[in-house]
Formats: sequence, C-alpha cells, structure tokens
Amino acid sequence: MKLAVLIKHVPETDNLKIDEKKGTVVRKGVESIINPLDLYAIEEALRIKEKHPPASITLVSMGPPDAEKSLREAIAMGCDSAILITGREFSGSDTYATSLVLSRVLKKTGNYDIILCGERATDGDTSQVGPAVASFLDLPVLTYVSRVELSDNEVEVDRIVEEGIETYSASLPVLLTISKAIGVPRLPTLKGKKRAKSASIKYVHFDKSLFSPGETGLEGSPTMVVKLFRPVVKRKSVILKPRNEKEIDESIERLIDFISERVEL
Amino acid sequence: MKKIKVLTLAETSDGEIVSESFELLAWARSLLETEESEGESSASSEKPQLEVISILPGKAHHPEELCYRGADRVIHLVQDEFQHFLPEVYRYALLEIIEREKPDVFLASATTTGRTIMPYLASKLRTGLTADCTKLRYDIETGKLLQTRPAVGGNVMATIKTVFGNVQMATVRPNSMRTPDSDSSRMVQIESLEFPPEKLRSKVRFLKREDFDKGESLHDARIIVSGGKGLKKAENFKLIEELAKHLGAGVGASREAVDRGWITYPHQVGLSGKTVTPEIYIAIGISGAIQHLAGMQSAESIISINIDPDAQIFSVSDFGIVGDLFEILPRLIEKLKERKKRAPEAER
Repeated sequence: MKLAVLIKHVPETDNLKIDEKKGTVVRKGVESIINPLDLYAIEEALRIKEKHPPASITLVSMGPPDAEKSLREAIAMGCDSAILITGREFSGSDTYATSLVLSRVLKKTGNYDIILCGERATDGDTSQVGPAVASFLDLPVLTYVSRVELSDNEVEVDRIVEEGIETYSASLPVLLTISKAIGVPRLPTLKGKKRAKSASIKYVHFDKSLFSPGETGLEGSPTMVVKLFRPVVKRKSVILKPRNEKEIDESIERLIDFISERVEL
Repeated sequence: MKKIKVLTLAETSDGEIVSESFELLAWARSLLETEESEGESSASSEKPQLEVISILPGKAHHPEELCYRGADRVIHLVQDEFQHFLPEVYRYALLEIIEREKPDVFLASATTTGRTIMPYLASKLRTGLTADCTKLRYDIETGKLLQTRPAVGGNVMATIKTVFGNVQMATVRPNSMRTPDSDSSRMVQIESLEFPPEKLRSKVRFLKREDFDKGESLHDARIIVSGGKGLKKAENFKLIEELAKHLGAGVGASREAVDRGWITYPHQVGLSGKTVTPEIYIAIGISGAIQHLAGMQSAESIISINIDPDAQIFSVSDFGIVGDLFEILPRLIEKLKERKKRAPEAER
C-alpha cells in the first residue's frame, strides 16, 4: 500500500496578534508549523499503515526551504519519506497552480493508492487544494472525512456535512481530505525524532520535464490579488463593567434586552 | 448590450432546496450594483442585462422556487445519479452545461458540497476559483468579477480577480446575504436535462446518511452560544448547553474547549473548525484569538462575556460584559426561565 500525505508549512495562527494601530497582523516572532489540520491526515495515514502492512507513507509539500522542519516533524510521527518542492518559480502560486504542481510531482513519484490531505490550511482557509489535486490526477475525491475503513482495494468513509454524517465507498486509488473528527493525532516518538534528524528529504526544483515555463507561481495562477484592505469594523461596542451584585443584574437585563430586540425569544 | 450570464449551483436536502441556494440568487442579482446604487434593484438602461441560471442536481419538490426567487431559468438534473453528491458525476454534468451555456460567472455556496465540487471542476476548466467570498462585484468595463474574501483570519480583506480562464468562479459564504422573497408572478422556465447513463458512472458510491440531532447542527442556528477555556472544566460546559437550550440556540466552542474534550468537533468554531454567521453569536469565556474570530466575526451581532477587560473578543463585540461567567451565567439562565414563565401571563 502506497500512501501520500500532502502537508503545508503555515504561520502559527494561535499566537497571532493584531497591531491595533496599524490594523495588520504582527508576524514578528511568529513561527511556522505544520498546518494543524494536516496532522489529522498524517494520523489517519499512520493508522492505515499500521492496519494494512506493508505500507509506506510519502509526505509531499510545496513551500520555502524551511518547510523541511515540518516534514521532519511528520517523519518523527512515523511517516517514511518526504518530498519538498521548492524554488522561486513556485512562489506566489494560487490554489490552482499549487494543485497542478503537487499533482505533477505525485504522478511522477509513484502510483499512490491513497492520497490524504488536511481538510484545509489554517492560513489560506480555502479547502481547494485537495479536490483540485484529485481532479488533475483524475482520481475520485471524498472530503471532510471523519472515519476510514479499508478493505480489498476499496475504502468506506464517513463524511461530516452540514446536517449529518454521510457514508460513501470508493475504489482505490482515491484522494481523501481528513477532518479533525477522526481523532487525536499522535505525538512524535523519541525514536521517530532520531530517525527524522537523519532522514534525507528529497528536493524537487523547477524542472522542464515536469513543468512548462509559466505554469507555476504567480504566472501560472489564474487568480490575482488586486487589493488588500482592512475591513471596516461597523460594530458599536457597548461594554459593561458591573462592579456589584446590582450592576450585574442590570447588565444581565440589558443583555436579555439586546437579544430579544434582535431575535424573538 | 451584452448579456452577462451567471450560473449558480443549487443544492437540496431531502428534496427541499436549501436556503443557501436562494441566497446565491441574491448574490447573482447584486453583481452589477455599484457602491452608490447598493440596495436598489432597478436596472438602469445603460446596464447590461444579467441572465441567472440555476443548476439543480437531484430531484426537488419545487424547482420553480428558484425562478420565484431570482433565477431566469433552471436546469434540473433529475437522474438518480444526481440524488447524492458524487463529485465525478457532478463534474461531468457541470462541464457539459458550461460548454453549452458558456457562462461568464459560476457561483456556488461555500458548503461542504460547494467547496468540493468547485475546485474539482475549476482544475478541468483551467480557470481560477476564489473561496468563501463575502463580497462580489462584476466590473462592466473590464468584464472582471471582483471577488473579496477575508484573508489572514479575517483581519485583512483581499479582492481577487481571475486573470485567465473562461469562467470566473467563486464560492460565497453562506448566510451572508438575505434570502430573496418568493415572487410567484415571476416567469418559470425549467429544463429537465438528462445525460447518457454511461457518462454518469462514478468510482464513489453513496451508502447512507445519518442526520445530526436538532441543535447539533450550527449552520442554520439563529443564535449560537459558544464556550471557551474560561469554563475551566468539562462539567462547567453544561452551563453553555443550558443557556443555549433556554435561548433556542446552537452550541459552539473554541478550539481549546474541543481539544480538552469538553464538546465534540462538529461544534468547533474558528479557523480549524466552522465558519458561522448566525444573527447573534454569544462568546463566553473566549478570549478572541484570531483562530476563533475568523470563524464568527461575520455574525450579525456579537455578545461576549469575559473576565479579562482586555480580551480581544470585546473589540469585535456589539455588547459585552466584563465579569465572572460563573456569577453571570446562572443568573442569566434563571432570568430566562422567569421570563418564560411570565410570557403566557402577558399574552392573556
């Protein structure tokens, strides 16, 4: 069984602070990490590997050279090998160009039975790359997956959708995007960490046998950002600071009024 | 004057067209509005005409509702293969329809279906796609769709255009546009479109569906009450559930609350959870990290209760109380109960 997990190196959003004066995000001192939602895809790949040996997991990422850090962390969790697609020709790629690049590299590096992705990345927040990669590779896709059961070249999955849980089956090969609901991702082991240190990461650079000029990066991206602006905050904040029991009760009354003026209780 | 053709993807649930699909018609109808004319629906004579076509996969009880609410035409895909969401089947049909109709713009809701089928389709069409837009405008001069979406967790907005590709595609954030009223005097034009069955084969098969219990689903809740780290422990989360019950609200949670196992993942709001747009969002014991704000700041009204007067959540709130939630919540619940008891008397 050959598995691939697509991961993204993203700025850690947990500790992002806003510069109130400038209205921009303070990036200084913000580390980049594995997209937190990719950990669930890694975890599911590891579970499949354990249940269905022999199996190997290849990590594939497109990003800056320091994305190597995220790849090593995933190896420490138990993945086998890693490919990092890097170079200025790729920078500025939108979801279309990113998916095209990832799909070419996946096609070249192996016939994967299952490709797993996180549900989306916490920085771009689009959920587009998984389905787009599947489409470029002409694979079936199942998104928002919360349970995976594998048997005889077929996979049965649950998908979390708006109003409930749907169960589907698909023949392999397939691309799955994994939701957080599959369970808690494991931590790297000590042995894994040691292995990750010495593991060699395969670098893929812009290569004319894989890509045509203009197919990647900003040039290869059909979407273009034309303007960035700070949203106008229209909220008229009323913040109460009750100092005693009586004021607490008054605050609560006003809160109930606030609600009932807007929604019938 | 040129006609601008807009396709929208409608969705159904148990044969009923979902409200997001009606919202999409409002999105389509508002594409030519300018800042000055915002809200006015009367088209001036210089404006090009809009033609709005809804694609409706799966049998629906009332396809004409799409016309009543703004579609000029409905393409109804009635074959059994469209009954459930099979990406390959949907993609095949949509490619055929796009080939025939040659639309300028194609819109879907940023639902689980929309977010899956649109990138699956855009790759094949070799065109761009912008996710989860909160504003769309069509620039008549350039013929470009200006697609605005939150970036960096919603603290910056980005306006994006599609520079190559024939169809300009976007998904739009659900519940961010009023559902248009139904006007049964509008003309109804429905085409039932069928494809050769051998073209509708899929490697994916639908097996079954189990619906969430009512109240478990956040996407159509008018009020959402969310709890965070400030609740301190699992059993305290019951306060959130009880308050939600008395308000008829859905229950949400911050990532911390979910990671600590106080409540399950489908309730998580934020960058690594759901984006919600209720009429009222009540954040309790949630500090307001970008992670969380990204998922709720487009709620119509935001209320927060937090003990820390400097908590970021207050900066996005319409109404806030700085105080101890353990003092405030029991009294709030008590007052809501009293209010309910009083209500029948008031009616008399």
